[in-house]
Amino acid sequence: MPVAASAIYFLNLRGDVLINRLYRDDVGGNMVDAFRMHIMQTKELGTCPVRQIGGCSFLYMRISNVYIVIVVSSNANVACAFKFVVEAVALFKSYFGGAFDEDAIRNNFVLIYELLDEIMDFGYPQNLSPEILKLYITQEGVRSPFSSKPSDKPVPNATLQVTGAVGWRREGLVYKKNEVFLDIVESVNLLMSSKGSVLRCDVTGKILMKCFLSGMPDLKLGLNDKIGLEKEAQLKSRPAKSGKTIELDDVTFHQCVNLTRFNSEKTVSFVPPDGEFELMKYRITEGVNLPFRVLPTIKELGRTRMEINVKVKSVFGAKMFALGVVVKVPVPKQTAKTSFQTTSGKAKYNASIDSLVWKIRKFPGQTEATMSAEVELISTMGEKKSWNRPPIQMEFQVPMFTASGLRVRFLKVWEKSGYNTVEWVRYITRAGSYEIRC
Amino acid sequence: MSGHDSKYFSTTKKGEIPELKEELNSQYKDKRKDAVKKVIAAMTVGKDVSSLFTDVVNCMQTENLELKKLVYLYLINYAKSQPDLAILAVNTFVKDSQDPNPLIRALAVRTMGCIRVDKITEYLCDPLQRCLKDDDPYVRKTAAICVAKLYDINAELVEDRGFLEALKDLISDNNPMVVANAVAALAEIQDSSVRPIFEITSHTLSKLLTALNECTEWGQVFILDSLSRYKAADAREAENIVERVTPRLQHANCAVVLSAVKIILLQMELITSTDVVRNLCKKMAPPLVTLLSAEPEIQYVALRNINLIVQKRPTILAHEIKVFFCKYNDPIYVKMEKLEIMIKLASDRNIDQVLLEFKEYATEVDVDFVRKAVRAIGRCAIKLERAAERCISVLLELIKIKVNYVVQEAIIVIKDIFRRYPNTYESIIATLCESLDTLDEPEAKASMIWIIGEYAERIDNADELLESFLETFPEEPALVQLQLLTATVKLFLKKPTEGPQQMIQAVLNNATVETDNPDLRDRAYIYWRLLSTDPEAAKDVVLAEKPVISDDSNQLDSSLLDELLANISTLSSVYHKPPESFVSRVKAAPRADDEEFADTAETGYSESPSQGVDGASPSSSVGTSSNVPVKQPATASPPAPAAMPDLLGDLMGMDNAIVPVDEPATPSGPPLPVLLPSTTGQGLQISAQLTRRDGQIYYDISFENGTQGVLDGFMIQFNKNSFGLAAGEALQVPPLQPGASTRTLLLMVPFQNISPGAPTSLLQVAVKNNQQPVWYFNDKIPLHVFFGEDGKMERAGFLEGWKSLPDDHEFTKEFPSSVISSIDATVERLAASNVFFIAKRKNANLDVLYLSAKMPRGIPFLIEITAAVGVPGVKCAVKTPNKEMVPVFFEAMEALTK
Repeated sequence: MPVAASAIYFLNLRGDVLINRLYRDDVGGNMVDAFRMHIMQTKELGTCPVRQIGGCSFLYMRISNVYIVIVVSSNANVACAFKFVVEAVALFKSYFGGAFDEDAIRNNFVLIYELLDEIMDFGYPQNLSPEILKLYITQEGVRSPFSSKPSDKPVPNATLQVTGAVGWRREGLVYKKNEVFLDIVESVNLLMSSKGSVLRCDVTGKILMKCFLSGMPDLKLGLNDKIGLEKEAQLKSRPAKSGKTIELDDVTFHQCVNLTRFNSEKTVSFVPPDGEFELMKYRITEGVNLPFRVLPTIKELGRTRMEINVKVKSVFGAKMFALGVVVKVPVPKQTAKTSFQTTSGKAKYNASIDSLVWKIRKFPGQTEATMSAEVELISTMGEKKSWNRPPIQMEFQVPMFTASGLRVRFLKVWEKSGYNTVEWVRYITRAGSYEIRC
Repeated sequence: MSGHDSKYFSTTKKGEIPELKEELNSQYKDKRKDAVKKVIAAMTVGKDVSSLFTDVVNCMQTENLELKKLVYLYLINYAKSQPDLAILAVNTFVKDSQDPNPLIRALAVRTMGCIRVDKITEYLCDPLQRCLKDDDPYVRKTAAICVAKLYDINAELVEDRGFLEALKDLISDNNPMVVANAVAALAEIQDSSVRPIFEITSHTLSKLLTALNECTEWGQVFILDSLSRYKAADAREAENIVERVTPRLQHANCAVVLSAVKIILLQMELITSTDVVRNLCKKMAPPLVTLLSAEPEIQYVALRNINLIVQKRPTILAHEIKVFFCKYNDPIYVKMEKLEIMIKLASDRNIDQVLLEFKEYATEVDVDFVRKAVRAIGRCAIKLERAAERCISVLLELIKIKVNYVVQEAIIVIKDIFRRYPNTYESIIATLCESLDTLDEPEAKASMIWIIGEYAERIDNADELLESFLETFPEEPALVQLQLLTATVKLFLKKPTEGPQQMIQAVLNNATVETDNPDLRDRAYIYWRLLSTDPEAAKDVVLAEKPVISDDSNQLDSSLLDELLANISTLSSVYHKPPESFVSRVKAAPRADDEEFADTAETGYSESPSQGVDGASPSSSVGTSSNVPVKQPATASPPAPAAMPDLLGDLMGMDNAIVPVDEPATPSGPPLPVLLPSTTGQGLQISAQLTRRDGQIYYDISFENGTQGVLDGFMIQFNKNSFGLAAGEALQVPPLQPGASTRTLLLMVPFQNISPGAPTSLLQVAVKNNQQPVWYFNDKIPLHVFFGEDGKMERAGFLEGWKSLPDDHEFTKEFPSSVISSIDATVERLAASNVFFIAKRKNANLDVLYLSAKMPRGIPFLIEITAAVGVPGVKCAVKTPNKEMVPVFFEAMEALTK
């Protein structure tokens, strides 16, 4: 049964109801009490996001300072329910213009009620595209191209848009200058053993698109991925161009992409929503270029002193540079005194996360930096258990670099009026979970 | 920029409701709108604003869509409490359903369907009929869902008005979203009906597959989920379906991906070509891995499902074990699930890498996770013979770190490894013995003691080691006591010298004379008799070779696994339980209070005893209670004698001999819990339960003959039990023809042959007939069958009784899964079991009930029950002079308040 929810509650951290909506009759009125009693006020909180209490199941997520709780009594589709919550939050954010928290909910409760009525009916998720909903659900508090019109006179063809085959784009858009912005954002995830061997390494990337195009354009995107290129060569019956190609492990697409066509022709073709959206996500595990190498040495000198030496090497092109590099080196809880020496950047001890935090604002390619630190510990009596060393974590951003080597080869735009478009492409690589055990 | 609605939550000092009333009737539009917003704000924070019903409904007739929606929201919340006034809204609804604006038409139909008031439902039919045929797809898609709503309120009405046919027509609608909603509605209606309503033919199949390409992501989920019931005719059709569904694996929505995986796995069963199957497995792996980069909650759902998928098709993710390595910052629930999958995927090829990971996890902070990691190493050792040695060396390294809980966990798994590979790794025993004094958990202690006993001949100072444990024998938990007893006997048999002889004397004395635990005492007696009559026989029994254990990491049996796989992405697949075990709603069962529910069960289910309607789930609870003595020493206990005492032998010693069959009797009633499933009984199924009728206790028992021949000569015997229950008359069962069943009431008399020790609810029963061997099974004695009809106390008597009993006679217990949905219903139900209501009071939002009950021989129970109506969780406090009865009493109360 694809039902996703019988009721949905938005609670603050104290457990007060901010907003709730009952979609079905099969759960009782005071389910929140049960949630508060058996989950919020116990150690259960955070141990499992799906719990059964009495005859009902509770699925919950925390987003900033709000718990969103879905209650069901049937064998509901859990994946659907969680995805609904994620999408609903994205929708609310797009309406509020940013934050989603307790205050935002209180300040927009009428709007949220209205949206909750629209995006789910009898527990079945309906259309959640912000683009379309903004056509006919408008509030004064909302930035919207239609806010000048009276809210009770909706766009006449709104209903056709909601249910239309292109349920994510409205017709009749006009832009003076037709522009497309592509952002390729990659997160590198690394898990390296203390001996320097790579245990796990992958890149999760996404292509974010900002479209300001008139009419109903058809777009086609070409990447330097192996399968796509081979298929293209096969279709045009000419040998594939040489050059760097990459192998995508998996791709997922925004609902605007024609999946059947992708499956048969390996081309990414779509009619884009207006404005900003996430076109696709991909994952790569082979041939990842790690932007940084980290070489830590940590020596425990007796029971009260430690010597930490961390060397970081940048291995991307010399003309590029990384921004906002942060290296977090965990130290024991009983750290008393620290002293540092760094070749670049600044380091300090942050007691709240029990780590030495070393920040380098700008890190050029093909260089290296080191930090050496001395840590003095308070000697504790009878502390038998040795310190379990959490991994070193790293944060960074490298503009115009992709760890996967992915490149956009082309972006073609067809529209019946035949206008010219300007395309902008940016690349950036960030640290995902970049961990080095020590 | 955002709204400023929070101002509506602020209240003024003046009487709020009258003020709102005034504003709602204001002549200014804006003021009315603000007032409605304030009402909704008050409703949100839980204030009762139902008294404003008429005033709010008066605002309904408005051109302002926002205001209209707010009024409708109010109606959905309060119509039920004001059914007569709700009628006032009907005219507006009907009018709105004909509005030129499709948004308003849809809104009216959507809202009417949410108002569960009979009188309104009648008026819903005509607008719904129109809207199902509306020109605007937005209205049609809303009307489609509305049919499901109406079916939930009044199924007959839906069928009479032909809405089902209209809904089926919508499957051919040209708008994909209408199709998707119609499919969702039909699937739901089918779920709650026993008749075939929505059957997917090959014709609808192709329509649905086409709609799949065009509808929204959620619509795709509805369609895919309903397709998962479709059984393809042959391999070709299955391949065809799979081909059309496979592109969905690339969808960004995790629910679409999981539903697509579900269909592919189901259809793969039919596909015979190994190439196609291999290819599909290859295609499914990447999307499944991608789910692990979603939000942690979604990862959790994905991991629970992957756990099932790798049990069915281990090849799918065989090469992807690295993606399940835990990240330091993963939430604990994600880590635990990843670990479980790593064990399943561990193979000779990747074990080195996996072991390095497990070792790393074993030094993390979270104790539960560390324990699980250590246990995982042990499970890999048992699963992979060639890697066992490496696993053991990792375990030994961990033991050397000397972190207390790591050592204990390691010893528990090493015991299992010894059982899996006897006579292979015993050389490490010396290392284990070094950590002896750090052990403080029962399971670890018991494991270590088992190892000492089992290998007593190889451990020079085995007697000293055991002796050190024996000093605290009386204080140890039962688990450790049992192991100590067995280990000492083993030691004595292996080294019959003076030291062990003294030890065995001491232990046997301790275990027979000074203990209350019947399991321990019985085991001790058996050893004692064995040792005194025939020490050689004792050797054969106690030192018998034990069967080699096997890996349990693929625990689910295949039929359950298949059922769960058919439910991928649903709660069932997350809980790893079949849906009927946690969904209370039964097919086509009318909505009713508990008592009415029991009535319908009586008439509707008399032939299906497996449905434990009363919620006490006796079969499962019996399962656990009978497991208790057997399970923990499973690795150590000598076979048959200790684990399963010879019941019939004991029975023969009792006064009332086995009684022959007389004449038949056929009572009827609610279905009985199955105690002897036909699989165990070689075709004979026995269901039974103790009940009290007219002041007498009866054993309500039914037999079902699933064998090929006639069964006759039924006899029954009850073992000694804490309440001395025994048969008070002969069991009267007629010869049973194959396929026939019979049910009878057997009069029981209490206090005949009371087994000593703390009272337990265990009732051991033996049944025999002329054709089959003797069957033994366990039942539970619900204490309330003893509660007398004279148990009602007066207020004063209760108070006096409560005061006169010292405080250490008061006990409390929580029943987390019990719910009191209505005080009256609960009181009535309890009274039916002779638990009598005395008084009640309110404490904040909690209701406190005072009740009394009385056992024969004048043992009173003074009971206090605290609960919030409708909220799961009931607290029960009791005072009674007979403390020993308390655990059994709580068992009974929990069953009664379920």
